[in-house]
Amino acid sequence: MARMATRQRVVISTIGAWLFGFLIFFPILWMVLASFKTELEAFAIPPSFLFFQWTTENYAAVQERSDYFHHAMNSIIIAGGSTIIALLIAIPAAWSMAFAPTKRTKDILLWMLSTKMMPPVGVLVPIYLIFKTFGLLDSRIGLVFILCLGNLPIVIWMLFTYFKEIPRDILEAARMDGATIGRELVYVLTPMAIPGLASTLLLNLILAWNEAFWTLNLSTSYAAPLTTFIASYSSPEGLFWAKLSAASTLAIAPILVLGWFSQKQLVRGLTFGAVK
Amino acid sequence: MAAFFFPAEEKPVATRQTQFLARSLLTPAVGLLFIWMIVPLALTIYFSTLHYSLLDPGSEEFIGLENFRYFLTDPAFLASLQNTLVLVGSVLALTILLGIPLALLLDQPVIGRNFVRLMVIAPFFVMPTVSALVWKNLLMHPVSGLFAWLAKLVGLTPVDWFNDVPLFSVILIVAWQWLPFATLILLTALQSLDEEQKEAAEMDGASAVSTFIYITLPHLARPITVVILIETIFLLTVFAEIYVTTGGGPGLSTTNIAFLIYAQALIQFDVGSASAGGLVAVVIANIVAFFLVRIVGRNLEA
Repeated sequence: MARMATRQRVVISTIGAWLFGFLIFFPILWMVLASFKTELEAFAIPPSFLFFQWTTENYAAVQERSDYFHHAMNSIIIAGGSTIIALLIAIPAAWSMAFAPTKRTKDILLWMLSTKMMPPVGVLVPIYLIFKTFGLLDSRIGLVFILCLGNLPIVIWMLFTYFKEIPRDILEAARMDGATIGRELVYVLTPMAIPGLASTLLLNLILAWNEAFWTLNLSTSYAAPLTTFIASYSSPEGLFWAKLSAASTLAIAPILVLGWFSQKQLVRGLTFGAVK
Repeated sequence: MAAFFFPAEEKPVATRQTQFLARSLLTPAVGLLFIWMIVPLALTIYFSTLHYSLLDPGSEEFIGLENFRYFLTDPAFLASLQNTLVLVGSVLALTILLGIPLALLLDQPVIGRNFVRLMVIAPFFVMPTVSALVWKNLLMHPVSGLFAWLAKLVGLTPVDWFNDVPLFSVILIVAWQWLPFATLILLTALQSLDEEQKEAAEMDGASAVSTFIYITLPHLARPITVVILIETIFLLTVFAEIYVTTGGGPGLSTTNIAFLIYAQALIQFDVGSASAGGLVAVVIANIVAFFLVRIVGRNLEA
């Protein structure tokens, strides 16, 4: 009796979950399908779902129309650069707050969190003018700098919550054995911190890759990462659905893969440890 | 001995030497963030008191609070404030009201649950410009979009989404992007709910509904608050989705505060007024931030 109910429950919830999941995923699937259609078929009514002439011409056309790889490279440089620099600044800071906390540590952490809450649009004007003055508009270095500062609070917070979970007893044992702080850092802490470092790196790559306020406002062509590049398809003359879909598929594919790997850390990172 | 003098929690791990080291390691991060916060904000405040137009360089002069008077009494401000509130409120409502049943469903024994999870979380990883353009063209286009075709299939007149219900269209897109976030957080919270507690309630003959109301829902109160606060911070400054779909229009119907400030700064080049608007946005965000920082801070002590 109970068993029957359970089996029934599994069947019903499985059907429900797959249905919901499919509906939510559908726009992405539809986009990927459109990227393999001809422009005519992508636009056609009634739409064809699977039985159309599959083609990869759009992917080639994307590179020809505008240098796709140039913009992909910009995304890699901007997202990667800003994340790595943020990590280099954040690791010592998080280490210090997790292992040598003072009375003010909590206040400093909360203050850092509050800088993240400043709406970027509140400082758009001065940042734009500063960039203009120093010739940083449409430069990769400028975007690396801005995204690095923008994500720094999240990086510090994530690292802090991970470092805090490393048992202190181990450090004390190492110290008893006469390890210096340098050795402690290299041989004891680093190996234990690598999982936390990896997930922080991953989450921030994703956030920086998809950042679409500063990139849209501060880059136009040369330094434009994929977010800005895709936005150029919004002009009426760029109404090529199949090519838009191909460019979009390429732009989101790597991050979708990374994202799927890091979903657990995502919750933790984005809620500042409030939900684990 | 040491354990006797120092209760377990306050072991003197940090000697004076390490404390000095710790402080010097912390300084670069604190210093950078401090500059990052103070310099642009101070400049925004300074610009907000000037008559300053990029189209008319050299004409800067101090005009006190005139920009604020102009910005706050501009009909565009009230319209965009209203749009901002409607956008934030609707997306919050949609993501939470859909997120709860979805999280409950994914918490059930589902065959292939990991795969379903992947499908549900995917929209969160799609960059905003891509989601907005795919929805606008492939799905919502009044003639060739999939929705138009579906409407005709069941005998309805297709909706011209971005002309008839522009703000609702933006809301739909943004809600699609944030539904995975709400679901994932609620699901994480559900999975930490004690199974035994639920089983005990079931044994006592509690119905599924009352188990949900008296056990599950109270357990979700905190994660729901966290979802509301964090989403609000991001939703207050939705920008890319509006930028690539409607450009704030038609008229002002999809202009939110963030887009209004952008338009004043980088389309009309009115630095003074845009700065005043920027400060208004900072104040609004700070009200939300106040509550979020309190919740996170409480958690930090636990």
